[in-house]
Amino acid sequence: MTPLLEVNHLTVKFLTRSGVSEAVRDISFSLGRERLGIVGESGSGKSVTGRSILRLIRRPGILEADSIKLEGQDLLKLSERAMRKVRGHQISMIMQDPKFSLNPVMRIGDQICEAYRLHAGAGKKEAREKTLAMLETVLIRDPERVFQAYPHEMSGGMGQRIMIAMMLIPDPKILIADEPTSALDVTVQKEVLEIMDALVRERGMGLIFISHDLNVVSAFCDRVLIMYAGRIVETCRADRLHDATHPYTIGLLNSMPRLDRPVEYLKVLQRDAAWDLAPGVSGIADEGDGA
Amino acid sequence: MAALPKWIKGIGHTFFTVLITMVGLLFVTFVIGRVMPIDPVLSIVGESASRATYDAAYRELGLDKPLIIQFLLFLKDMVHGDFGESLLTARPVFQDLLRVFPATLELATMGTIFGVLLGVPLGVIAAVRRGRWADHVARVVALIGYSMPVFWIGLIGLLVFYGKLGWIGGPGRLDIFYVDTVPHVTGMILVDSLLAGDMDVFQNAISHIILPAGLLAYYSLAYISRMTRSFMLEQLDQEYITTARVKGLSESAVIWRHAFGNVKVPLITVIALSYAALLEGSVLTETIFAWPGIGSYITNALLSADMNAVLGGTVVVGLVFVCLNIFSDLLYQFFDPRAQ
Repeated sequence: MTPLLEVNHLTVKFLTRSGVSEAVRDISFSLGRERLGIVGESGSGKSVTGRSILRLIRRPGILEADSIKLEGQDLLKLSERAMRKVRGHQISMIMQDPKFSLNPVMRIGDQICEAYRLHAGAGKKEAREKTLAMLETVLIRDPERVFQAYPHEMSGGMGQRIMIAMMLIPDPKILIADEPTSALDVTVQKEVLEIMDALVRERGMGLIFISHDLNVVSAFCDRVLIMYAGRIVETCRADRLHDATHPYTIGLLNSMPRLDRPVEYLKVLQRDAAWDLAPGVSGIADEGDGA
Repeated sequence: MAALPKWIKGIGHTFFTVLITMVGLLFVTFVIGRVMPIDPVLSIVGESASRATYDAAYRELGLDKPLIIQFLLFLKDMVHGDFGESLLTARPVFQDLLRVFPATLELATMGTIFGVLLGVPLGVIAAVRRGRWADHVARVVALIGYSMPVFWIGLIGLLVFYGKLGWIGGPGRLDIFYVDTVPHVTGMILVDSLLAGDMDVFQNAISHIILPAGLLAYYSLAYISRMTRSFMLEQLDQEYITTARVKGLSESAVIWRHAFGNVKVPLITVIALSYAALLEGSVLTETIFAWPGIGSYITNALLSADMNAVLGGTVVVGLVFVCLNIFSDLLYQFFDPRAQ
């Protein structure tokens, strides 16, 4: 069976004044109808990877890859116009902070309707009904009021639920969630994650969950890619993250504080220049499907 | 106090602000007028007047009273619509203002309309095509607009389009045989001629206004397009633009519906300021095109120490600024839900 998404040898470069900087260096992975976590620190290339899949890398960024295949179809060969039909309709993305990712001067209802009407070709009335239903699906209590409201009147958790509603309303096959809960309170994080999880399962979608939070990813995903300096250094099953073999992954795990195992000093991650170049491992912990 | 509805408080607050601003503006202008080393009496009675005539005029003008009393008397008259008489035109300043301000209003409005219609799209295109040739063209166009002196462009324009080609009307608002042929309603000939249904006069007025209005439009275009470009660049970097692209929207929807929706807000202030600057009257343009507007009126008044006219003109210019500010605040609230 062809996987939902297949990324082959993806490299993203940015041309800067001081030379070429490579944000993503020759990575390959695939995604089935599963929840795939991408973990890494700031600047490891995880967000750029997410945006590359949607071909949203803009100048001065340059995207190079052998192929990015959605159900066997190479997205890199599509025209910009055809790519727009993929965006939102087939692959969607939720971004970090709803404060910035929602248009501040447009009513929430209009923003969600816009996403639906674009791909479904629906009329105003139908879009409105569908939007209200979608808002209910993401557990918003008073959809009529939220429909009329502006983003600044919403809390962070509400905003992110609105983003989920907006991105799922055209019924995409893949959802990329780029740090969807990093800007939220811990208490709200769980709520939002559960809503997202329920919807993704229900619809049998593929999810790429980008995060720097190992705890969340291991609890929430099926499989995890660990990225470091633009490369995938390790691939493993989420529930067996603790058996990871790459020193970077082990270092990350060791530098996390734990309530049940208090230590006097947290370990500091010791970096090794060799990691930049060495090939990634997919050790015992990986029983990756779809690949 | 607490029982008053919000909007009444709002109006009261606005009114109070306007009042304070206007009184302050008048006071400063009035004091400057009085402390200037020009003798207002001499400019009325002339150099060769006798001592007695001089003293009589001095008392009649109220110059023997303390400055603050003079100011209060002046305020009292002004509230009654009495701006005094102009020395230069020997008519009530109020009448003069009714004549010159509509001329400027007409010119500035035309200039602003064209400046906005051309400047805003130019700025948007420059931002979207940042660093490419369209951006460079926009920059050069704006730079020329900023740096070319109006008396030069104006004269060359008259020479070419009026003198050589004969495509447009010459200086003044109308050809001489059309003057005063339509009834004076608003004082703006374009409007008055339309109201009277006289298309000949309308066409003639257009042929006269097009060059000076075009020049003013060029200047406001230069400013508006640069500001639009920078606002637009700021918005295009925002995350909600990525959201719009993720949805699969076309570039034009991303730019005009999403980014421009947010650019409108700060742009209102820029356009209002540029309009206000034109309404103040552009002396050079008015001089070259023999346009009887408020800019040349105030300048002439100032040069001949005609303080009543200067003060009257200042009131009009001040009111224009204050009103445009209030208006742009209102529009701001209309376009930006966060400001409500």
